[in-house]
Amino acid sequence: MYRLLVVLFVLAVMSPVMTFANEPAHGHNDHSKSSQELTEEEKRAINTEYVKHHTQDSHDFGIFTNASTGKHYGFALPVILWDEGIHFFMSSKFEHGHHVVESKGKYFMLDAHDGKVYKTDAAGDKLTETTFDEKKGEDVVHSLKPLDFSLTRNVFVTIIMCIFIFFLFRRTAKSYQKGLSPSGPAKFLEPIVVFVRDEIAIPNIGEKNYKKYMNYLLTVFFFIWFLNLIGMTPLGGNVTGNIALTFALAMITFVITHATAKKDYWLHIFWMPGIPVPMKILLAPIEIIGVFVKPFALMIRLYANMLAGHIVLGSLIAVVYYFSSYGAKGAFLGLTFFMNIIELLVAALQAYIFTMLTALYFGSASAEHEHSHEAIEH
Amino acid sequence: MEKLLSEFSVGLFFWQTVLFIGLLLLLRKYAWNPILNAVNEREEKISDSLELAEKTKEEMKMLQASNENLLKEARAERDSMIKDAKEVATKMIDDAKGDAKVEVNKLMTSAREMINAEKSAAVSELKTQVAGFAIEIAEKVVRGELSSDANQKALADKLVEDINLN
Repeated sequence: MYRLLVVLFVLAVMSPVMTFANEPAHGHNDHSKSSQELTEEEKRAINTEYVKHHTQDSHDFGIFTNASTGKHYGFALPVILWDEGIHFFMSSKFEHGHHVVESKGKYFMLDAHDGKVYKTDAAGDKLTETTFDEKKGEDVVHSLKPLDFSLTRNVFVTIIMCIFIFFLFRRTAKSYQKGLSPSGPAKFLEPIVVFVRDEIAIPNIGEKNYKKYMNYLLTVFFFIWFLNLIGMTPLGGNVTGNIALTFALAMITFVITHATAKKDYWLHIFWMPGIPVPMKILLAPIEIIGVFVKPFALMIRLYANMLAGHIVLGSLIAVVYYFSSYGAKGAFLGLTFFMNIIELLVAALQAYIFTMLTALYFGSASAEHEHSHEAIEH
Repeated sequence: MEKLLSEFSVGLFFWQTVLFIGLLLLLRKYAWNPILNAVNEREEKISDSLELAEKTKEEMKMLQASNENLLKEARAERDSMIKDAKEVATKMIDDAKGDAKVEVNKLMTSAREMINAEKSAAVSELKTQVAGFAIEIAEKVVRGELSSDANQKALADKLVEDINLN
């Protein structure tokens, strides 16, 4: 297991080199032309598309695409849709957006540009719905989408990482049965577990209450960190840079914070002690907004950081291909390598920040102030 | 914001929530509790051991101190014993010396007494003998004196003279 971690690390560092394999994927929209025949404009558009594509979720696990033959390498993932009943089929049926899939009398098609599944008719034209937009004062046309519960690339990677994390820590836990001194993966992981406890949980929550939050803090820390790391590898995709994941985590933090909140927490929101009554009335709405802003900031911070990292890295790799001089290519490859190392740091840093702020919110929820004005002085 | 919303996938959100909570529950049971317990247990053990070591050290110090005290006491006792013994010895010697003197004096006195007694015995014997000799001599002299009538007469005269003088 310990070796696996090392491999993961090396893979992450090496990913700019390995992503060469991914690079030709940008040609899949128009694979009749080779890259020499493209104009500057087209090249730019393709590179933009390529970077965008790499930060998106997808319905199949593509490893790379041969631009000259248009052949995709990778494997299909199950598609699960809800449209007046469950529709289940493999994503290979979409043929990367070239084929309309019929399931139980409904027609679906994959849009290769945004990677989403749309309802269509038998001919492959998107079904639309027209609603009246009151703000604009005109009719707006929406394309209809089924509810998509597919096991997408992100879900697939998350499942793999969950299994990996589970067995890694199961093994760590088992290693303590042999004796209390850490052995195997525990040697590497125990200091991090202790770090989360001593540097994140205890200072922010307090010696008295921290124990009940440890499970969540540890899970969220390693979950984010490992997914960030796997995202750095060419195969990992962009799981933590997806708003759905960060929303899920922020929401769970929000729920736990308020499910375990004590009287003092609510008091500080609705009736801040130690200040004059008009101020109390003024502060209450601000505090209530703050309750929602906190998890929202948590969600956006992780999402934006990871997405930005991926876009920067993707753009740099695209730039390597944009230039034809080997000097420029080398320089940008070096820069990409450097950025990759920084992203490795960011991967750990973002996991730390998310966990730290979560602990901070838990701390404010579980704190009990003996003197109510103490909270203001803090 | 609109782009953010259009990016949002309900299905992905659903799966991520389910997977995360599943992982959380599994790890809680199979990983975090055993790991944290083991770490806690070890930390307690270490702090206990350290405490014990500290205690033992303290005890050792106390033992050492008491040992030293014992040693000191023993030394003092030894010194006093030696002193006592010396005193006793000197006293004994002194006593012996005194006794010997008395004895010697006694012996000397008795010797002197014996000598004196012998001396007086010898003297009295000598006196007796001398008296015997004197009588003998006197007899002889008397005999000589009385050997002739003239001599007898002279003597008688003389004696008479002596008596008269008295």
